[in-house]
Amino acid sequence: MTPRQRRMWGVGLVLFGAGVATALALQAFRENILYFYTPSQIESGEAPVARAFRIGGLVVPGSVHREPGDIDMSFVLTDNAHTVTVAYSKILPDLFREGQGIIARGRLGEDGVFSAEEVLAKHDENYMPPELAEALENTSHPGQSN
Amino acid sequence: MKFLPKFVHRLASPPHFYRLAERWTPWLGLVAIVLILAGAYGGLVIAPVDYQMGDGFRIIYVHVPSAWLSLLVYMVMASAAAVGLIWRIKLAHAVAASCAPVGAWFTFLALATGAIWGKPMWGAWWVWDARLTSELVLLFLYLGYIALHGAIDERTRADRAAGLLAVVGVVNVPIIHYSVEWWTTLHQPASITKMGSPSIRDPAMLIPLLIMSIGFMVYFAAVLAIRVRGEVLEREWHKRWVSEILGDT
Repeated sequence: MTPRQRRMWGVGLVLFGAGVATALALQAFRENILYFYTPSQIESGEAPVARAFRIGGLVVPGSVHREPGDIDMSFVLTDNAHTVTVAYSKILPDLFREGQGIIARGRLGEDGVFSAEEVLAKHDENYMPPELAEALENTSHPGQSN
Repeated sequence: MKFLPKFVHRLASPPHFYRLAERWTPWLGLVAIVLILAGAYGGLVIAPVDYQMGDGFRIIYVHVPSAWLSLLVYMVMASAAAVGLIWRIKLAHAVAASCAPVGAWFTFLALATGAIWGKPMWGAWWVWDARLTSELVLLFLYLGYIALHGAIDERTRADRAAGLLAVVGVVNVPIIHYSVEWWTTLHQPASITKMGSPSIRDPAMLIPLLIMSIGFMVYFAAVLAIRVRGEVLEREWHKRWVSEILGDT
């Protein structure tokens, strides 16, 4: 083996080793890297019970409910399989609306209601002018999903 | 080095590359300026507003090209470093060293424009999701390369040590790209590179983004040509070809 081939193997092995180590580490921290849990994961008991975590889903149209004269509100999140009711009493981001993807951080109560301390809007990967969005809305496709 | 064709040998010779880069720089710069101006006009003036974000989405015309370039520049840097490590080509290390600050700035630009967009749209400047965190790690890899290279006085050893860091850091590139698919993230998935039709449906929105991205690439090529020339001059200052070019001052 020439010195150059040895160096080639050396660089290749270093890269391979770093790749395997990273893959194993990411596998071990898989749960911590998940930014949020879906309503289905909560239903199946995968979400943590005792500590705060994030939940992500779409706001069910018509589910946003406000107490008159109060800032307390609630809405239902869905992943089109299961739903979770979220209670919140702070300022919502601009993109919050019915049908929008939302991520809420908080705790799951005994009654199954998720009390959120923070709500973030998740933007999907679709960009389009308003006329196109309207046209899509009016045809069979029910707006953007994700 | 019997496998390498002759033109690679010529390209790897610093004086030859210096003159080639000198000849190409103005053209690359010109093309980059034209493309970036055209892309900016298309993105800021011609493209329609987004149905949800209004004019706020237009930051995409800087954010997405910067983020792509942050990855592309890293791949160029790591490939050059690997070539330098294996074939001991000095010019390759000069290329890698020239890439690092440019890539760091593209990464910074992607992170900064993302934060500016994230505050009104998501409701947060920064979140520790997989995409944002891995992109931040990329910035630290660039800064680590620069710091390690600067910390070692002897150039050959600095090239090898920092080059190895660049090669190891390649592991992060697929993590950044696939982070939005492997894990749940706040960051949206890819719009352009996903299989099937891109999610930016209006050509008036999409084409400026593509023009801008190509403009950024050509800009990178122009800046790289300038930086490598400087790097080569500094590394070969004692050689005769340098004093022939610069005159005996």
